[in-house]
This record gives sequence, structure tokens and C-alpha cells, in this order.
Amino acid sequence: MTTQTTTPTSTQTSTTSTQHFLLPDVGEGLTEADVVRWTVAVGDTVTDGDTVVEVETAKSLVELPIPFTGTVVGLLVPEGTTVAVGTPIIAVETAAPGGSAAPEAPRDHPHRPAPVAPTGQGGSGLEGGPVSAVEHEHEVEREAVLVGYGVRPATHGHPARRRRTVRRQAPVGAGASVPVSRRPQQDGTDRPLASPPVRAMARDLGVDLASVVATGDGGVVTRDDVRAFVDARGAAPEAPPGQRDVVVELPTEGVVADGRETRIPVRGVRRATARQMVASAFTAPHATAFVTVDVTRSMKMLERIRAEREFRDVHVSPLLLVARAVCLAAARHPGINASWDELAQEIVIKHYVNLGIAVASPRGLLVPSIKDAHDMSLVQLAHALGDLVSTARAGRSQPADLSGSTLSITNIGVFGVDSGTPILNPGEAAILCVGQVAKKPWVHKGKVKPRDVVELSVSFDHRLVDGDLGSKFLADVARVLERPDTALRWA
Amino acid sequence: MPLVAPAPQAPVQLLDPTGVRRRADQIDEPELAGYAQLVASVDAEQLRARYRDMAMVRRFDVEATALQRQGELALWASCTGQEAAQVGAGHGLAPQDHVFPTYREHGLAWVRGVDPVQVLQLYRGASHGGWDPADHAFHLYTLVIGAQLPHATGYAMGLQRDGLVGTGDRSRDSAVMACFGDGASSQGEVNEALSWAGVFSAPVVFFCQNNGWAISAPASRQSAAPLHLRAAGFGMPGVQVDGNDVLAVEAVIRAASDRARSGGGPTLVEAVTYRVNAHTTSDDAGRYRSREEEESWRPRDPLTRVEAHLRAIDCADEAFFDAVREESDELGARVRRGVREMPDPEPTSMFDHAYAAEHPLVASERAWLQTWLATEPEEAR
Repeated sequence: MTTQTTTPTSTQTSTTSTQHFLLPDVGEGLTEADVVRWTVAVGDTVTDGDTVVEVETAKSLVELPIPFTGTVVGLLVPEGTTVAVGTPIIAVETAAPGGSAAPEAPRDHPHRPAPVAPTGQGGSGLEGGPVSAVEHEHEVEREAVLVGYGVRPATHGHPARRRRTVRRQAPVGAGASVPVSRRPQQDGTDRPLASPPVRAMARDLGVDLASVVATGDGGVVTRDDVRAFVDARGAAPEAPPGQRDVVVELPTEGVVADGRETRIPVRGVRRATARQMVASAFTAPHATAFVTVDVTRSMKMLERIRAEREFRDVHVSPLLLVARAVCLAAARHPGINASWDELAQEIVIKHYVNLGIAVASPRGLLVPSIKDAHDMSLVQLAHALGDLVSTARAGRSQPADLSGSTLSITNIGVFGVDSGTPILNPGEAAILCVGQVAKKPWVHKGKVKPRDVVELSVSFDHRLVDGDLGSKFLADVARVLERPDTALRWA
Repeated sequence: MPLVAPAPQAPVQLLDPTGVRRRADQIDEPELAGYAQLVASVDAEQLRARYRDMAMVRRFDVEATALQRQGELALWASCTGQEAAQVGAGHGLAPQDHVFPTYREHGLAWVRGVDPVQVLQLYRGASHGGWDPADHAFHLYTLVIGAQLPHATGYAMGLQRDGLVGTGDRSRDSAVMACFGDGASSQGEVNEALSWAGVFSAPVVFFCQNNGWAISAPASRQSAAPLHLRAAGFGMPGVQVDGNDVLAVEAVIRAASDRARSGGGPTLVEAVTYRVNAHTTSDDAGRYRSREEEESWRPRDPLTRVEAHLRAIDCADEAFFDAVREESDELGARVRRGVREMPDPEPTSMFDHAYAAEHPLVASERAWLQTWLATEPEEAR
């Protein structure tokens, strides 16, 4: 899918042409994608087949290779925007030697018919990016396209269905002609009626069928109706869809008429988050316990660790010690690192910790996890944590990163608050919430001293974790952070 | 009394993942030695050719995936990881044997001489097929899962009735290869085709590439027993082969097709391999399988072991691999160009293959469309 405009240069021997790469349908029948990340910049040289951009569709993150060789002269869509299939997203200036060697002819079919898809059992689709990839049986309303099936019409952005303005006419002169096989009126749909060739004709002439007065039997738009519309319009036909100006969804969109409210469609990660949170809140009875702890020793230890050679190239944060403390405490209380199997009526105790970390990313709240965190040394954990957070913040977490966590941490301290009552990541028995580390007056060795203090809370699924277990787990996390040498005394 | 599954046998393997080749005289088991003997004539020169075939097929696959991402193809089903199974199978057949492929048989298509650009016509929506099956003894890709198996068995029974099986004339006796996957093994008609072939001793090689995944369903959800063991129930031999070993697949397919051609009846071959990429470009494998699993197959890459072997026996140098790379780049460029320049089909072509002979309804519809095309202004088309 390309368009091109050829611009002669000052020399006679060669021309350059600017080619536009149109967002293709990389699934079957997808209508739009989010531009996640450009991997090239204006001025870069690209070769046919080079990856230039990552887009996120209803199914997955996909890297798109450019079909031209030349120099990038424009990134037409900013990162983070949603664009319709067929929208030009990047402009490349290509050399066309000899002046006449026009590159490919522009494709004049905005929608190539998809071939019959392989059928088979199952199928999958990834919606936006789920909070975690824990599957829910009732997630039947997923927007994603199953392999071999189509999409539902878009419900936002560019409406697939148009308001019907076709004037319905009663059949004129009954008996004058024998109606051959009149199509029954499709009540319930508001799509203008027209045969496929007439639709094609209207599309190619840039005519919106909904604006055409229909004179055919049963309100069907005929070829003559389209011609009459074009004649009446008089002006030059509108450009075909592929050549229209780029329309980018701006954040200002959705403001209601009186300007007092903005309405944002719930979709992608927002929608997945909402589902997961509702599922969690109304499946697992939550209970929350709190503890305030003096972490001055941990903070001093962090300073020492940062100075060590081994940790020179990695970010060492209080979260790292919390993560370690959670792994150590979970080993002493395996029941906290568990899940509830409703179907089998069993509690599943995990012998490994896949540590989920809630991250505020450009795609929304994500909970990627560090696999087998229990097996990691502190330096390994530091690297894993650094990679996980930077990947998530860059919006590049893969579905595998977002699935399989067994126990999670949410660090709301980064927002400058002290405590909260987190909602469980679905399928997990506990989530630890970390507040900000702040200097506070604290009774230390019989005197009030300024100490580094943090509040921790843990929410747990009361179906399988009692207050006893939840509290002991939290107390052990706190003990490790208060006196890091505690862990040495644990088996 | 509980049923006892037969003791598992190791899949036939002649070239191990590190590139060590087992020759007939180094093998004690007579059956395995027999297979080694069948490909004893595959020398270094031929192995280089097998490597080249696999490298070209992989490059074609990568290129097609990129073209889909550029919007030039509607869909693509990747065969990466299955090159040895397909290239090996292709070389194990006789030229006159007729192949009934799935939609993922790009390696077999390559060996059968189908132009890769022709293969892409289907995935671009420019054709319902793309080549004349008679030219290559290679049927059109079948998209309906398993539907080609009854066709294959029927075709094989036709060969029997045409007197093209078991005459002893090696240049005329023919067999049929029926390709399918682990997912298709659950389809009713696949089992019907196996049953008929068994009953009628039809000359079919049932070639199952068990690539571990039927879209998102793992092979463990298809069958509780290894697929090749089903053969006994249909009255035919079953063989499991390392599908990432191009030599072993060639040997096993040669044995099975020889048997079929000579009138010995059908064989079920299960080639154990791996679908490295998602089911198609419309699928996201990260939804249902772990990266660890995907990584665990990397050491079993079918190209790596042939390369390791050729290097170990000193029969391929850097210049050879460079040449293959260069040739595959040329193939990539040719495929890109071919797809982008591919003409859209003539509107009337949809009538061409509706019936073998002229049909009044089809003729009148074609005439109507031709009139419309002739009288309508160009911009209305």
C-alpha cells in the first residue's frame, strides 16, 4: 500500500519521488492500529525491508518493514496515536533514476479482499495490552480478531455504519414492471442499500452513498443515482480515501458540545484494566493489613550496594530491596504465593516466584513479571527489575512478560503517597503496596530521631489466605527491611 | 485391566542436532540401518543442495512475512522451523508422485519447482490457486483443515485403477503424498481418508508434520497417544521421524513412497518438528506459549545441523555460505518485486474454473459482466 508523488529535481538525469507508506491491515480485517514507537527519524536512510515502526493492533505489537529504499522525510503520525488502516504514516524520498522509472503504481484498491483464512480450533487475539495476561473465561467480548473470523464494526473513531438518509420510496407504477427479485428491506441496519459494483463506483468517485438519493426499488441506490449525485455536486470529485489529509486523533477529541465534559472511549489497556479489576474485586474477598517500618538500615545498605563494582551499571532502588524481601518472606510463607483454582476446587501453591511489578506505562497500567525471581541473586534481580521497568515504560512489554506472575508489588511511593489498599492482580493471592520512604520522627533506641520510614500494606485473597498468614508475611517483609541481616538468620 | 501404551521408540534420526551423521555400518538396529542405507547416496554435494533449498525457503518465508506487514499480502502462514521436514519429504518422492499440500507447504512447493511468487498469489488474493497442479504434480494449497486427505486417498485409488501402481515399472508406478498437521489429525475426514487407504491398500504416504501447535492448541491437546501409533488401527505401518533432520525425513519418505508405488499400501509418517512463528500473521503466539519453549527449539534448527555437519566434514567453506546468502538475497528481491508488480486478476477470471466445461448459467453471468465492463466508464470500475 503506497502512494507516490513524483517531484522532478533540478537535474535532467534523475528524479526523486516522495513515497508514502500507508498503514496496512496486518491482521485480517483490522481497521486501525496504535503507533507505538518509531525506530527511524527524519533524515535516516532506509532500505526496503528495514523495520521503521512498531504498531500495536488489537492483536499484538507488530514491527512494520518499509517497502522503499531512500531517505525518511517525514514521520506523519506521532507515537501514541491511533490511526486508521490506509493512513499515510511515513514519507520516504526515493531515487528514481532516469526520470521515467516511476516506482510502483499506486494501489487503487483501498481494501483488498482477504483470502479464505485457514480454519482451526482455538485462535487468539491480544487486546491492547492486558493488565496481566491472566485469561478470564468470561472475556468473550474481546475485540480482537480470532483467526479466521472477522472484526465487528468499529464502535469509535470512524463509524462503519452511517446514518441512513436514503429516501425510501414506495414502488411507483405497480404493475408497470414486474419486480424480479426485490431484496427485502434490511430493517435494523442503517447501511444504504446498493449493489457491490455501485458501491465500488461510489467509492472510486469519492461519493458517500448515504448522501445519495435512492430511486431504485426498495430504496436501493442505483448507478444513475450516483451519477446524478456527482453531476449535481459539479465540483471535482473528492480524492480517494488514500490520498486524503492525515487525520490524527487529538486528545481534544471527545469534548462534548458545551465544552464541560470529555468522553473517552474505554478500550485497549484501560478496558483490560477495568475488566481485570472488576473480576478481581468481585471474585476474591480482599483484606488488607498495614505496617509502618523504619528502613534506615536498608537505605544505608543501598548506599553501600550502589558503591559496589558489581552494581555499577544498574539502578539500585528501595524497590529492589522490597522485591528481595518479598521473595524471602514468601519462601517462609508459601501459602501467600498461591492461587485459587475454582474449577478444580484446589489451592495451587507455587514453588517459584514470578514477581509482578505494577508499572505506569504509556499504554496504561501494566503488570509485567520477573520470572523465577526467587532464584535470583540481588544483582540479577536488580538487572531484571531495571529491564522490566524500562521495557514497560517504553511500551514494549511482550505478552509473555505480562503473563504468569504469581505475586505482585505496587510501588505507589513514587507518587509521593504513604499507603493504599491495592486490588489483587487476578489469579494471585497477595499484592504488596509500598509507600514513599520519608524522614519522619521515630523512636529509636529510646529517643525520638529522624529516621527513614515507609508504610507497607498487603492485600490478600481471604479465600485462601487468613489474617494470620497475611500478617506474618507482611511482618516478615518489614523485618527484612528494618534489619536486612534478619535474612541471614532464616533457613 | 488398564490399557498399556506401547513403549516409546526414539524417532528416526540420521543427523543429530550437533551435525553428526550416522551411517548404516555404525548402526545396530536393522530398521534404522535400513533408513541410513536408503540415503547413503546423499553425498556432500547433495547435502549442500539440501542446505541451499532450506536456506532459500527460509528466506522466502521471511520475505513473505515482511510483505504481509507492508500490506502486500492479506495473510501469511510461516513454515520457518519446518524446512527439513518439507525439503526432506520433497526429495524422498519420485517425480511422478502427486503431492496434496496444506497451506504451509512452502518447502515442498520449492522442491516441486513452484515459483515462490506463484505461491504468494493466493495469499495476496490474486488467485484461488496460483499454479497448474499437473505441471508440478503438486496440488493447490488447501485451506480447509484436512480436506485434502480424502482427495489424496481418492486420487491414489484412481492411480490403482489406472494401473499405475505395483507394475514394476519404476518410471510409471506412482504414489500420493497427503500432507497434514497435528491439528488436522482430529478431523473426521482425515481419519476417514486413513481408513479408506488402509482398507484399499491405496498408495498414499500420509505425511503428518507435528509442529506442536494447532493455532493455540498444543499437540498434547490433540492426541493422548503419539500420532504415528494410530497407524496400527488403520492397518498400516507408522513411523516417527525427527522432522528437523532433512536426511532422516528423506529416508523415511523414500521407504514409504517406494512401498506405496510397489503396491505395498499406505504408511503414516509423523515428522516431529516445531512451528517457530505464530500460526499465521493474524496470530500472536505470545498469548499461549512461553518464550522459554520457543527458545528451547533454537538448538534444533534444521539448518544449523546441516551447516555444522558440512563444516565438520570440511565440505563447505565460508564462500559457500556467502554464496547461498547472496542467492537468497536475490530471491528476496525477486519475490518483493514479483508481488508488488503482480497484476490484479481480470474480473472475468472468476468464471474460468467454475466448471471444466462451458455452463449456461456461468456463461450468461460472464457475458453480463463483460457487457458491464465494456459499457461502464473507466472510473466506475
